[in-house]
Amino acid sequence: MVDKFVLGGKEFKSRFILGSGKFTLDLVKAAIEAGGAEIVTLALRRANLKGNESILDYIPKHATLLPNTSGARNADEALRIARLSRELGCGDLIKIEVIRDSRYLLPDNIETIRATELLTKDGFIALPYMYPDLEAARRMKEAGAAAIMPLGAPIGTNKGLLTRDFIKIIIDEIDLPIIVDAGIGRPSQACEAMEMGCSAVMANTAIATAGNIAQMATAFKLAIEAGRAAYLAGPGRVLEGMAEASSPLTGFLDAE
Amino acid sequence: MRVNGESLKLEVPCTLKAFLEKNGHMMDRVAVELNEKIIPKAEFSSIVLSDADKIEIVSFVGGG
Amino acid sequence: MLQQLLDIIGNFNPNQITQTQVLRAIQSNRRSIYDFAALLSPAADLFLEEMATAAKQETARHFGNSVQLFTPLYLANYCTNHCTYCAFAQANEIKRGKLTSKEIERELAAIAATGLDEVLLLTGESRQKSDVSYIRQAVQLAATKFTTVGLEVYPMDTHEYQALHQAGADFVNVYQETYNQETYARVHPKGQKRDYEYRFYSQERALQAGMRGVSLGVLLGLHCFRQDSFAAGVHAYLLQQKYPHAEIAFSVPRLRAHAGQPDANITEVTDRNLLQIMLAYRLFMPFAGITISTREGTHFRDNVVGLCATKISAGVMTGVGGHDQAQKGDDQFQISDNRSVPAVHKMLQSRGLQPVYTNHIF
Repeated sequence: MVDKFVLGGKEFKSRFILGSGKFTLDLVKAAIEAGGAEIVTLALRRANLKGNESILDYIPKHATLLPNTSGARNADEALRIARLSRELGCGDLIKIEVIRDSRYLLPDNIETIRATELLTKDGFIALPYMYPDLEAARRMKEAGAAAIMPLGAPIGTNKGLLTRDFIKIIIDEIDLPIIVDAGIGRPSQACEAMEMGCSAVMANTAIATAGNIAQMATAFKLAIEAGRAAYLAGPGRVLEGMAEASSPLTGFLDAE
Repeated sequence: MRVNGESLKLEVPCTLKAFLEKNGHMMDRVAVELNEKIIPKAEFSSIVLSDADKIEIVSFVGGG
Repeated sequence: MLQQLLDIIGNFNPNQITQTQVLRAIQSNRRSIYDFAALLSPAADLFLEEMATAAKQETARHFGNSVQLFTPLYLANYCTNHCTYCAFAQANEIKRGKLTSKEIERELAAIAATGLDEVLLLTGESRQKSDVSYIRQAVQLAATKFTTVGLEVYPMDTHEYQALHQAGADFVNVYQETYNQETYARVHPKGQKRDYEYRFYSQERALQAGMRGVSLGVLLGLHCFRQDSFAAGVHAYLLQQKYPHAEIAFSVPRLRAHAGQPDANITEVTDRNLLQIMLAYRLFMPFAGITISTREGTHFRDNVVGLCATKISAGVMTGVGGHDQAQKGDDQFQISDNRSVPAVHKMLQSRGLQPVYTNHIF
């Protein structure tokens, strides 16, 4: 059986989602190719007068574009940004990002829930970026989210899976693809996220700030594949507190 | 008029399409909001701008 | 939810499960429905001790050493159903009765005097003889004396559950008896209970009506107990996914001798089988309550509390009334443990367990 990643009704072979921020444009292209990413995130900004090069010219045609709503401070702004993105002809997939905190750039789960509802009603396939809170994830699912994108660590920090235990809870409880977004700094961390059962990993800064961008993109690709294979294989047991010598607990069945 | 937050004097009324072209924008790379309403691409050539208009012209950039 | 459940249970073949799958299920940190299936298989019978060790840890982790105490009060035994396995079935010539509100008050007072703070109100399934307003009145009376009032009555509509919740009931037990639709139809030849689907959605209606928790179970022995227990667990799992706030509990009644006709289709469920089912429930849903009935003998009951069971009845009468006055109607089944509340209390303490009379504050 071929292992496919299905997101919003589309099938993908790669489980590596590449963020395209902080790159020079030619390196975005190199990273996509070396990393084998099939989904690339983008942001929407005011166009410069006397328009210059477009990032779209550096993204291979077969890649699926995943615009985000960065810049939105509430659900209504997220909807406005999403609608403008849709005008650019990239489809209905959208990563919801609602941030009111400019110091840590942590997402506002409450507005994100509302945005998920607004965007879903407007026909978008909404992928909310969120702080890994189970209750919020449940509400996003109820609001129509197609996947949940919990953060591993504050965005851009490369600190890895600081929220590991809470992401695991969301993987266990929410029947949607879970995609770790933000904070992943090393291939080993991406691999661990996949072993845990994440459906995909999104990385950006880790690659954009690497010494050799294409090589790091390859490393992420391999790590994500390895983690996925391990998850499918079913990790072996860890013995913990099993050594407990005691009289048999089921002995009573024989002695009436 | 106001374009992406900057004041600009529109000397002669012109179509949205002409305005975008004059400013070096590629039609298939931008989305436009005119007075807070999204304008579908098909209407770019029929809409005539006036100096009282507020325009937002946006395009994709790198982002995570 | 029903279609989802039927799809899942349709794929479960207990005999295909290997010992490796069972071991993986026991050692897993979080058990899936596939692990649960493995724990219910014949292959798992070899690993009962390992299951018990893991279950004891889970029980301690989620419940500490506390065990809840309660008692049932049978309000009436009129029944319009024709369940082939039950003493209350309409056609059975047993003594029928129904408590008046004065009698309910006296019974409740007698139960409250034992120190219990949780009561389960039961009726036979007759909408005529024990209608919703009758049950509602009993709930109101019970709520003045008990912190926790549970119901084990016929399935009803959401607005009816709502009325009973407002009157003071917080928990609803409805047992599907069997999840196998053919067996279900065979053992429920007529009456309103024939409606499998209406019964299946009872827990959802109760939760939508604001009830705090629901209890599920099958009557072990009616159909293959492995398949039926698997279905009840999956049903509980689907409910828990949809209503994360709901308190889920299991009951594990085995068919017992009763006043009706013996049914040749009934299969035997041994003590060992019953323990396996309870351990599988515990390992699959570590946070769910498991109630052990007085249908079971003292030896079995005493050994499963704290291991996997978390709730035990005491001072039980299964006839109508009987706590304060002579019974007004015959028993639903023979009980095997007629110990009083203080006797069960003492037993729990002697096993290092903490008898709990009230589990919450509202």
